[in-house]
Amino acid sequence: MADVTTTPGGSTTSGSIQVAGVPGEFSTSQPGDARNEAVASYDVADFPVPGGREENWRFTPLHRLGGLHDGTAEATSGAIKVDVTAPEGVLVTAVERDDARVGAAGKPVDRVAAQAFSSFGKAGLVSIPKDAQLTEPVRITIHGQGGVAYGHQVIEVGAFAEAVVVIEHTGDAVLAANVEYLIGDGAKLTVVSVQDWEDTAVHVAQHTALVGRDATFKSVVVTFGGDLVRLHPRVVYNGTGGEAELYGLYFADAGQHLEHRLFVDHDTPHCRSNVAYKGALQGQDAHAVWVGDVLIRAEAEGTDTYELNRNLLLTDGARVDSIPNLEIETGEIVGAGHASATGRFDDEQLFYLQSRGIPADEARRLVVRGFFAELVQQIGLPELQERLIEKIDAELEATVG
Amino acid sequence: MATLEIRDLHVSVDAENGPREILKGVDLVVKQGETHAIMGPNGSGKSTLAYSLAGHPKYTITSGEVLLDGEDVLAMSVDERARAGVFLAMQYPVEVPGVSVSNFLRTSATAIRGEAPKLRTWVKEVKEAMADLQMDPAFAERNVNEGFSGGEKKRHEILQMELLKPKIAILDETDSGLDVDALRIVSEGVNRVRETGEVGTLLITHYTRILRYIKPDFVHVFAGGKIVASGGPELADQLEENGYEQYVKGGAAE
Repeated sequence: MADVTTTPGGSTTSGSIQVAGVPGEFSTSQPGDARNEAVASYDVADFPVPGGREENWRFTPLHRLGGLHDGTAEATSGAIKVDVTAPEGVLVTAVERDDARVGAAGKPVDRVAAQAFSSFGKAGLVSIPKDAQLTEPVRITIHGQGGVAYGHQVIEVGAFAEAVVVIEHTGDAVLAANVEYLIGDGAKLTVVSVQDWEDTAVHVAQHTALVGRDATFKSVVVTFGGDLVRLHPRVVYNGTGGEAELYGLYFADAGQHLEHRLFVDHDTPHCRSNVAYKGALQGQDAHAVWVGDVLIRAEAEGTDTYELNRNLLLTDGARVDSIPNLEIETGEIVGAGHASATGRFDDEQLFYLQSRGIPADEARRLVVRGFFAELVQQIGLPELQERLIEKIDAELEATVG
Repeated sequence: MATLEIRDLHVSVDAENGPREILKGVDLVVKQGETHAIMGPNGSGKSTLAYSLAGHPKYTITSGEVLLDGEDVLAMSVDERARAGVFLAMQYPVEVPGVSVSNFLRTSATAIRGEAPKLRTWVKEVKEAMADLQMDPAFAERNVNEGFSGGEKKRHEILQMELLKPKIAILDETDSGLDVDALRIVSEGVNRVRETGEVGTLLITHYTRILRYIKPDFVHVFAGGKIVASGGPELADQLEENGYEQYVKGGAAE
């Protein structure tokens, strides 16, 4: 039912599976509690200031958060500039925090997300009417201009609508935000979130998707830039037959801390989820954290889920913490599995390519590009694939060699 | 005319209890247009010779020299050796996830030829070479060696040999794991390259079977880390008849 696989070549797996037998029979100590539901609140006061030993903060260098976690980061005006372009028929506006859609996908689950929720001014709203078939993506660009910002964005997709939303982060800022995806029944939403910040930026965000009945949510998270990026994509199902695909690519250079914590809450029968994140790291103190929590609750019969994380260490001095967590409370499921592996460059691959005349640096680029291409091929959006490969190439040109 | 000279080559690998010598003084000269079969029992060091010539980092050259047209091959990096004209068809080619065969072949041909092949002629060249090896055109879009059958891997190796046109080709147990049909197709590929007269071939094998398809000019028996007997094709017939026993007695092979 659950399995762990590793890639050859000195890779490691770090994972745990807990299977509860008879419901209610036991609930003893669970390392790295997959539920991730200790506290959830809109109010920052409900969360103590983290000290760094908490399970969900233990990998994050708190002193580099710019005060987002302890209430000292005060919003400054003009810290970020947000531009939205959308095809005709899409409503783009700002709403007050008492709008029913704000907070509808779920509550903040950590102190910084709650701080963002308590501190934002107006929420951005992109609303795609029901049955709309967008031929062009909605583009949201968030450009950091220096300073501290708290943001809130709601993306609402009406029943049976289909849309692609691209969110791009550039520039420099200290930003904490919540992004909510409200996906109507039978709707299809693809979101691409690109973190291409400058080296000094700090970005902490919770992305919560509420996936409607028979709806499809596809998330592609691409993190290359920033001093510290900590993203928390969450999926909650609002009806049976929902499907979530969560893809991620990250490339951590020297000194960067890139953290992705995912949570898929299977609380509804006959839903599917597939998580695949891949990262490459290079340079002293490049640090990637990937935590993948999947919870299959007792009532979620017919669940089908798989999560995978792969990391490629390009140099010494880089560090990866990869923790898949799968907790299963019912045996009546289609499938559940996870895999995590962190490896160095495969010398045999390099030898093979070099033995065909390809110089060492080019061979390394080919292997890294291939490592990511495998994931990009799965995403299934041709126009995005090309852009992602170009982006990866640019990153490789600048770093590997 | 290209000539590969191997002089008193000693090679060791790192083992748990220190370095272990595997090649113990190999002498061999391979000229362009010639085919040399190197035959020997398992563990005699045949594959070590192949990988040492290609420059695999696992092997340490402790003494001796390898020259290609007088140039010091051992001083070259792995890719420099390939660009100088040394090609190794591997027994176990590795998977390279996410890299398509067509991308790989073109990158490799560009490196070996020193310039990117013209797209139009290149596509035709690859198509024809694949057809000759009875490879499905869809093969080009698959990732390098990923999910390939044993036969597909070997065809892919020989496809590269045909496209890269090496001066010296080392075929490491190319026949192993092939059924008769696949062996014939792969052998025909090797023969097409040999017929150009521009390649010196070092055919490393455990069995005499492949020699029915690829006729060697010279046969060498490899045992205990060096060549212990050399002769013409008739030597292969003797091996077929009598096996390696007479060469491994007295602990010559490990």
